[in-house]
Amino acid sequence: MRPSNHHAVLAEGLRKRYSRTTALDGFDLAVAPGTVLGLLGPNGAGKTTAVRVLTTLLLPDGGRAEVAGFDVVRQAAQVRYHVGLVGQHAAVDEILGGRQNLVMFGRLYHLPAAVARRRADELLERFGLAGDADKPARLYSGGMRRRLDLAASLIVAPPVLFLDEPTTGLDPRGRNEVWQAIRALAAGGTTVLLTTQYLDEADQLATRISVIDRGRVIADGAPEELKSRVGGDQIDVVVRGDHDLPAATAVVGRVAGAQPEVDPGTRRVSAPVRDRVTALTEVVRALDDAGIGAEDIGLRRPTLDEVFLRLTGHHADQEVAA
Amino acid sequence: MTITTAAAPRTALERLRWALTDAWTITGRDLAHWARQPAPLVVGVLFSVLMVLMFGYLFGGAISVPGGGDYREFLLPGMFALTMLFGIESTMIAVTTDAAKGVTDRFRSMPMAPSAVVVGRATADMLGSMLALAALIGCGLLVGWRWRGSTGDALLAVGLLLLLRFAVVWVGVYLGLLAKSPESVTAVQVLVWPVGFLSSVFVATATMPGWLGAVAQWNPLSATVSATRELFGNPGVGADGSWIAEHWLAMAVAWPLAIVAVFLPLSVRRYQRLRR
Repeated sequence: MRPSNHHAVLAEGLRKRYSRTTALDGFDLAVAPGTVLGLLGPNGAGKTTAVRVLTTLLLPDGGRAEVAGFDVVRQAAQVRYHVGLVGQHAAVDEILGGRQNLVMFGRLYHLPAAVARRRADELLERFGLAGDADKPARLYSGGMRRRLDLAASLIVAPPVLFLDEPTTGLDPRGRNEVWQAIRALAAGGTTVLLTTQYLDEADQLATRISVIDRGRVIADGAPEELKSRVGGDQIDVVVRGDHDLPAATAVVGRVAGAQPEVDPGTRRVSAPVRDRVTALTEVVRALDDAGIGAEDIGLRRPTLDEVFLRLTGHHADQEVAA
Repeated sequence: MTITTAAAPRTALERLRWALTDAWTITGRDLAHWARQPAPLVVGVLFSVLMVLMFGYLFGGAISVPGGGDYREFLLPGMFALTMLFGIESTMIAVTTDAAKGVTDRFRSMPMAPSAVVVGRATADMLGSMLALAALIGCGLLVGWRWRGSTGDALLAVGLLLLLRFAVVWVGVYLGLLAKSPESVTAVQVLVWPVGFLSSVFVATATMPGWLGAVAQWNPLSATVSATRELFGNPGVGADGSWIAEHWLAMAVAWPLAIVAVFLPLSVRRYQRLRR
């Protein structure tokens, strides 16, 4: 019997240790059905381990998790009926053609041969692969292979779909193709959990974002919520000459009451501010008083990279030493 | 269109039927591989044929068969068994490639019988080896090899060869699961040679230094080679009075079974440990 549960994915205190590293360290997550959740974190934060535990590929050392209402340890077989997984590699048979791949996976879901063939054709059509259906998958482009991988995960339309860094290694075009496919799925009501280390990807696709660092979720919410939680707007000052950078940093820091981020390459000083207009006015006046020539001054919403920096104290693209 | 699968199997019988269907689907996948990419299979057979020609005609003149007899008659049973051993490469390559490409993980995330992946693999490999063996027997007949005994004995010999291949499947699956990348198969491709040479495949073990000959006699490959020589009625089996030389047939059954008994559970355990 399927227990009643209003979470598509629920994890409580998941722990997983490899011989020398702790991959998950009290990982909690609750995903409502129909959500596209972006699990955002740097390399080594534990994203892949979390997905592997939730899709029954790995046993946790501690904690518990349910997917589609089934326990991932005790009811692993049932979980497998309700999830689709797109891993970091495009897990398709490269010798077989696209159609052969989908028919084979359909047969492994015990669809009758005729149904498996019909379903394969439908999916090939939907993912724009019908024209190359009989070409061996090894001749596909990265984007095509990933779309075939996605199609293979959707043969029985699982209610919960896991995508582990679905666009890693793709060129911008392939990335767009995959994004479109994911959006279409989400529109159809599938719960999607996607891991990513690309901030713009989470921003583009996810309705909820959980930020993961060192094996645990350190923040979650809607993208906008997350951004405002870590401090509203951001002020950017671009100075004319490098010699003005230290003085501008001091000015911006004093007005914002926080240590600004300095990017010497673009001669830009950024800091979070509370009151938009007051801050802008004060910075302009202070720069003027100090005789610092500014090329540009502006206010903007923070990027997710800044969100990450604020939450973890390090940039999202920095490797975490395990 | 939303498709849901047939309800999960409930009874043991239904589960068995599902497992067999899954295994057959996996086997069918490999058969489709051959149709798409026949090269590895063909090259494998050609390589064995090349070995027969090389040893049969180039080196064979310099090798005397103990007790007399034609070297090619002596060689062919050895080559049959060696080809079964070479099969370890195709098994390993298939297993490591699936792991490296994430196909193994996809299978593991699907509601299919866990046994189906290996059972399907084993079935496909056995079918492939039957083809290779048939081709090599054909080649043998062309270079003058014959079976001199009864047809029943000849079929028994073929059975022993396939039994050896069956044992090799499980070694291949285990090593394949152990390997970190398809490249590590290269190590095994090199290691099959000393195993092949340190046996009675190419020369009689009686011609080796005493201790080395004894090691070669106890090589599982030698058991199958000598037993099939006996059954095919080919020369060079030789009776040196040692215990093993009196029990080739029994050893040709016992060795593969012992190997399966060790490597099948090891493979299953290794597969389950992928979850750790």
